[in-house]
Amino acid sequence: MANGILVFAEHRAGAFGKTTFEAMAAGQQLGAALGQPVTAVVLGTDAALAQEIAGYKLDKVVSVENALLSDYTPDGYADALEQAIKTLAPQFVLMPHTYLVRDCAPKLAARFGRDVISDCVRASVADDAVTFARRIFLGKIDADVVPVGEPPIFATVQSGAYRAEQAERGTATVETMPVEVGVVRMKPEAPFQEVKQAVDLTKADVIVAVGRGIKSQENLALVQGLADALGAELAASRPICDAGWLPIDRQIGSSGQTVAPKLYIALGISGAIQHLVGMKNASTIVAVNKDPEAPIFDIADYGIVGDLFEVVPVLTEEIKRLKG
Amino acid sequence: MKIIVLMKQVANKDAILRINKDATWIEEGDLSYEVNESDGYALEEALRLKEKHGGEVVVCSMGPQRVKAVIKDALARGADRAIHVVGDELTRLAPLPAARALAEAIRAEQADLIMTGLQSDDNGYGQTGVIVAELLGLPHATIVIELDASDDKLRVKRELENGWYQWYEMPRPALLTIQSGISQIRYATLKGIMAAKKKEIREVAPTSDMTSGAPDQRITKIYFPQKTKQTQFLGDGDAKAGAAQLAEKLRTEARVF
Repeated sequence: MANGILVFAEHRAGAFGKTTFEAMAAGQQLGAALGQPVTAVVLGTDAALAQEIAGYKLDKVVSVENALLSDYTPDGYADALEQAIKTLAPQFVLMPHTYLVRDCAPKLAARFGRDVISDCVRASVADDAVTFARRIFLGKIDADVVPVGEPPIFATVQSGAYRAEQAERGTATVETMPVEVGVVRMKPEAPFQEVKQAVDLTKADVIVAVGRGIKSQENLALVQGLADALGAELAASRPICDAGWLPIDRQIGSSGQTVAPKLYIALGISGAIQHLVGMKNASTIVAVNKDPEAPIFDIADYGIVGDLFEVVPVLTEEIKRLKG
Repeated sequence: MKIIVLMKQVANKDAILRINKDATWIEEGDLSYEVNESDGYALEEALRLKEKHGGEVVVCSMGPQRVKAVIKDALARGADRAIHVVGDELTRLAPLPAARALAEAIRAEQADLIMTGLQSDDNGYGQTGVIVAELLGLPHATIVIELDASDDKLRVKRELENGWYQWYEMPRPALLTIQSGISQIRYATLKGIMAAKKKEIREVAPTSDMTSGAPDQRITKIYFPQKTKQTQFLGDGDAKAGAAQLAEKLRTEARVF
């Protein structure tokens, strides 16, 4: 009988990220609500990393080991996790919704005849039944999702949905589990960063950011005028940089820069999660968007529902006037 | 080289979404649709590979007849032929049944490469491509931002988080999920649109056992997310008045200048 919560403790180059502890917090809360034990699983070549996780309130930490697990590959990780899950027989497998997990979790779940309830923002328990909530339509709508069928049930936890500090400390025993890894077909090279970025948006006090609502590259001049009036840096959401209208070092979000300025003005940005994670910690957030349901308004202090081409000229002139 | 591109039709990103009476899905009656953004980039990358190395690009899309719009657009841009997996509810399938239907539709094609976007802009599961690879026994790479498929080799640059990247080498055939922005997407030419009219679109019906089995996740309710902040909405529909109020508030409340 499947029982317990298995938390996948992801590490990169031997370091656990914040998202691992967020997933652990989610697992501990789910375990407490269901009265089920929580186990963490760490993949690697030896138990050294698992020891780092043993300082948390867990039933145990399982160090899943094979020489082929020194570098991440989807083939290697899927083989290793498949065996660990078959041996441990958990009811739930919780993982952080990282790029690594997005790469291997669907493959893993498919081997159990399942898919993943991915990118969850909440999990609630009523009468021992778990309902997950996940964002759909680029963050515009939430969906309550229930798992159907036999465990294991796979779910991934959105970055920032739980707080890493909520992962409870304690002591856990470490078990080692040697596993077989079959043929690994992909050969990874060393991870690298692109050449140092020319623009450091993290230093900016004020950022004026544009999204798809700007419609064309020519219209950027209008927004640059506002940025100049405010002494702000110009930034953009991903589609603007994808289109080549602004260089990639002005991109804010999960694949660009993460900023926390005093003021962030989002113009024509709907607010997909990939963008929000890069700017939600700004002290004051202003959003201008034609769509009143745009998710950017969920985190905005000030909002104007309307056309940025009407708002920006007036705002620029008013700011110039008030600044005198 | 034969390349299959899996493309999904999704609600237009600018569409105002309304929730249906049962709160089980959005109102689809008057919705406008477009191609899923990253799938468009997957097609562009496939067309560039074909131009460089020769071969054939086959588009595969799934859903009701309305998805023909995506297929015809892809053919106009330069895809050679298409497979349409026809069924009314297919765009809403959970990732595993969706991947089963797609894998069966393309299995016999024996493609050298299968490409698709990294996730859909509607349900956003981000899994279908990877599961198709697993079902077909192929290696995969996700969130690919650059690739080299010359000769027999396949080298792909994967995007990691926070500005990190990693190159992978892998054998072909393989499945790749493509990140938006990998290249600039071409427009369909008039000549392309005319040529597309003569290209083959093969319709297939998914076998019932692929899609009739119980899904392993079910949406029970959808709703607009709860706001985490109290937003002060300014202007009350008058954008210019809102802008003037905003300037004042930025000075007096937020004190940013």
